[in-house]
Amino acid sequence: MANKTSIDVQQLIAQKRNKKLKKYTEKVVPIILLITAVVSVLTTIGIVFTLIFETFEFFKRVSIWEYVTGTEWLPFAGDPSYGVLPLIAGTLKVTAIAVVVAVPLGLGIAIYLSQFASDNVRRITKPILEVLAGIPTIVYGFFALTFVTPMLQKVFPSLELFNALSPGIIIGIMILPTIASLSEDAMSSVPNTIREGALGLGSTKFEVALKIVLPAALSGVLASIVLGMSRAIGETMIVSLAGGSTPLFNLDVTTSLQTMTAYIVQVSSGDAGYGTTIYYSIYAVGFTLFLFTLIMNLMASWVSKKFREEY
Amino acid sequence: MAYINHETVAKKLSVRRLKNNLWKNVFLLALLLALAALVILGYRMISQGTAYLNWEFLQNFSSRFPEKAGVHAALIGSIAMLAIVAPVSLFLGVGAAIYLEEYAKKNKFTQFIQMNISNLAGVPSIVFGLLGLTIFVRMLGMGKSILAAGLTMSLLILPVVIVAAQEAIRAVPDHLREASFGMGATKWQTIYKVVLPSAIPGILTGGILALSRAIGETAPLVVIGIPVIVQFLPTGILSEFTALPMLIFDWAKRPQEEFQYVAAAGILVLMILLIFMNSIAVWIRNKFQKRY
Repeated sequence: MANKTSIDVQQLIAQKRNKKLKKYTEKVVPIILLITAVVSVLTTIGIVFTLIFETFEFFKRVSIWEYVTGTEWLPFAGDPSYGVLPLIAGTLKVTAIAVVVAVPLGLGIAIYLSQFASDNVRRITKPILEVLAGIPTIVYGFFALTFVTPMLQKVFPSLELFNALSPGIIIGIMILPTIASLSEDAMSSVPNTIREGALGLGSTKFEVALKIVLPAALSGVLASIVLGMSRAIGETMIVSLAGGSTPLFNLDVTTSLQTMTAYIVQVSSGDAGYGTTIYYSIYAVGFTLFLFTLIMNLMASWVSKKFREEY
Repeated sequence: MAYINHETVAKKLSVRRLKNNLWKNVFLLALLLALAALVILGYRMISQGTAYLNWEFLQNFSSRFPEKAGVHAALIGSIAMLAIVAPVSLFLGVGAAIYLEEYAKKNKFTQFIQMNISNLAGVPSIVFGLLGLTIFVRMLGMGKSILAAGLTMSLLILPVVIVAAQEAIRAVPDHLREASFGMGATKWQTIYKVVLPSAIPGILTGGILALSRAIGETAPLVVIGIPVIVQFLPTGILSEFTALPMLIFDWAKRPQEEFQYVAAAGILVLMILLIFMNSIAVWIRNKFQKRY
């Protein structure tokens, strides 16, 4: 009898301890999890502060006015000039070509998959297209330099080895899955009742796609295009390999150019000493790039909210 | 007098039908073009790369001579970097996802974290490189090490991992949680023993896909200043190293034509690694995915 109670007491003690431990775990675990969630916020803060801090250092040496309005980017010259416009022009040229390639193709694919293709075709094709988005950009860059540029040179003999056309086309292919896939999602989520209503009135599938589905899915389609553009602006390795390193302020797509990202790569792969103006200039350019993509991303989410059709 | 002129209607209808078929084929053409791009890309890589791809290529260090060049240090370096990225990004990503899905109240702060994650996903990878250079390489003094590169890459893929993990956790039906609570389990016990086991296939699939992005990323490594010519294997997490994409970048830039083929062979190694990782992801998804 006495023996039995002593076991019970021991069990009780063990239970009590267990409960305490449990209570302790229940309190500590959410705090640890919260910290992991805050890491993402800290990353953003880290990025913004790093960029602002080092850009500020850059603007102690170069006037903001020269940076924003200057049309010459010659940081390695004896008498360096830091006007960012040529780099922006290079970025926008490549992005524009990418958009010209990716938007018609992407929308065509999205319409085909959502309106014409059978479920089987869609199920097989979508993951294959996603593969295009998973290929490392360095591979695309190599492909642009060694395959697309020589091929284009056969068509346009005046094309330089480094140009905007070849990386632009390849970036277009790279962002194609983003645009096609997101647009297709938007089109597929247009309710079938609307589609069938139009078909019942005698429209052809093409008319339904163009006049019913596309307008109804417009918010998603526009958002996908803006997101694709934002990726094109931030793309680095393709333009570093196939775009060249000549920052020029013009709209010529056949000559060598330099984008914001390619400049950062050029400086990083060389030996710009820590603390030099060139070293700080990559942060100023990086900050400019960050602002561009941030505005694009905010615009994408604004567009998809503003023009959303609710059914 | 008939109100409907059958002839005109028939004519109009046939034009509309023709238009429909025409455009259908144009859209199909767009799809085929995209697939063709993929096929050509694959064909070029294989036809160019196989010449240099052999056992020695995997065992040699980088060299000035194309026939002696190899990916040994880079392959080991890439895998070593992955050994840091995988635990760090999964721990942070899954932790954040559990917090957001299971613990967070629906308030402004949670909304802010969520918005921040989706914005972070849109930041160009090269900007993460600048972050890594300033914070990890310089401020924390890690140098151009595996640790610095691994942490930078972890932060880069963190948003992808979080979103994938969130989707996997959200897909676990509530009745499982409620059954667990009903048996007297605490919140953490429920998450640890019920929610996570059901969500783990989804988390791993998304996680591996994110990791394969980290393996192929070049820009952050260039910015951090990872060296290209490395004649030794990494000895620890603070050791200098090189990675596959860095080597490919370096070879592709060289003027000699032979190095183009070496670069293509390097690309093949990278792609085989990626295909291997992706197949594991697909295998996990097919093997363990449960439908409720």
